[in-house]
Amino acid sequence: MFLRRTLPLLVSAIFGIALILQFFVPHPASKSFYNLMLDWLIIVSAFTYLIAVQSTVELHFTKIKRKVEGWQYSIIVLVSLFVTALLGVFGGAFMPTTLWMKIFPSVKPTDTTPLMYTYLYMQMPMQSTIFSLLAFYMASAAFRSFRARSFDATLLLVTAGIVTLGRVPLGEFIYKGLPDVVEWILKYPNMAAQRGILIGVQLGIIATSIKIILGIERKYLGGGK
Amino acid sequence: MKFINFISNLDKRWIYLILALCIIIPFLFPVGFPMKTTPPVKSIYDFIEDSIPEGGVVLIGADYDPSTMAELHPMAKVIAAHALSNNLRVLFVTLYPQGAGMAQDAIDNVLKEWNKSNPENQKQLGKDITLLAYVPGVSAVVLKMGEDITQTFNEDGYGNKLSELEVMKGIKNYNDINLMVELAGSSVVLTWLIYANGRYGLKMGIGTTAVSAAEYYSYLQSKQAIGMLGGLKGAAEYEHLLDKKNVYGGRKDASIGMDAQSSAHIFFIILIILGNIAYFVKKRKEGK
Repeated sequence: MFLRRTLPLLVSAIFGIALILQFFVPHPASKSFYNLMLDWLIIVSAFTYLIAVQSTVELHFTKIKRKVEGWQYSIIVLVSLFVTALLGVFGGAFMPTTLWMKIFPSVKPTDTTPLMYTYLYMQMPMQSTIFSLLAFYMASAAFRSFRARSFDATLLLVTAGIVTLGRVPLGEFIYKGLPDVVEWILKYPNMAAQRGILIGVQLGIIATSIKIILGIERKYLGGGK
Repeated sequence: MKFINFISNLDKRWIYLILALCIIIPFLFPVGFPMKTTPPVKSIYDFIEDSIPEGGVVLIGADYDPSTMAELHPMAKVIAAHALSNNLRVLFVTLYPQGAGMAQDAIDNVLKEWNKSNPENQKQLGKDITLLAYVPGVSAVVLKMGEDITQTFNEDGYGNKLSELEVMKGIKNYNDINLMVELAGSSVVLTWLIYANGRYGLKMGIGTTAVSAAEYYSYLQSKQAIGMLGGLKGAAEYEHLLDKKNVYGGRKDASIGMDAQSSAHIFFIILIILGNIAYFVKKRKEGK
């Protein structure tokens, strides 16, 4: 109980309060403490990748073991994960490693590494293609769902139409003043609404942070109630 | 009524096909509509053009991946090319593992095109431009850079010690960076605005996807960001501005894509109008 609950709560409270105080203390010792904390944050962040890899491997390994629907795709995920990692570790990220150049004497330091090759010619086209499918779904959704059912919906529809048209040169070709109208919409009504949302969100973040530091908010510890 | 029924029951595969044609045909037969430069784009261009002395430093945040590269990659290339044309130093930084590949590709492209167009003023990796190594930690990295950039990364993305690189000469922290342009389609823009601009006063510009651009107008108004490139159009406007200088012969990806985007947007509006006509006619008929 102490290690799972009390200790994390104490660590959050002590370091939360210490970092707030540090911000107002312009002493070299306070600065060193701040730098040390940043180094620790970076180190801890690096370890989160290990948890991510462990979680991905476990999830897909279980799927394969239980032969759930589509388990074959999990094999592709795991093979891709390990092959990419191996290429990065032994082949180098942007410049070929000496080991790689020893194995393949024709490889020069300026060559595209195997990792970069998979990135440029496999990941880049695949990810771009998946994302571009969104345009087709949006077109279909615009046709089927974007209806002027009420005053609010009509207002949104007309504004969206003006902004959509004004953000492309063809809109400017149709009416020269359209980009200015769009700029006005974004700069005034849009900005006013965005700022309101932003203030609300930031107040929420401050409140949650204080609750975490004081140990009132404990959901981040996990484990249900 | 026949037409209305046809519209109401239109198979979505026809919509997909027409949209695909709307995007493909303009690439084969470009029109090249003229474009007005919007003030947020012009202010970033003007700042790089007039307010940074020779040898100054532009930091470009490549916090995007291939899913948003259509809009953000042209921005990275054109801003880097513009900075090089003014003999400024360019540093790429990324808080996303995938951004490193994007930045690397942008650097390769810009250097290749620049050196091809300017044989008398060759630019070199490590001397004029580089990519800082990827370090995990997002906000911690942004804060640590405000204290000491070399200590944060130690090496560039190519494995060279930062302390030995000419491009890093005289650069300790944000005080030595003249402008940072953050390119992202996610909330990581806010991380830079809150921590780098808010805490350390780093001068910033934003490059983001068209869909996210609306979120950042409050930061333009408060002058936390000096300007913004919104979506493909923002990148195309910047390409047009740089084109007037006639110093860079690189491919104008954003300008090439603008015709396709124009026709796709028009198609979207036609679809919305047709959908609404069908909706109202049917509603009226049902009312009778």
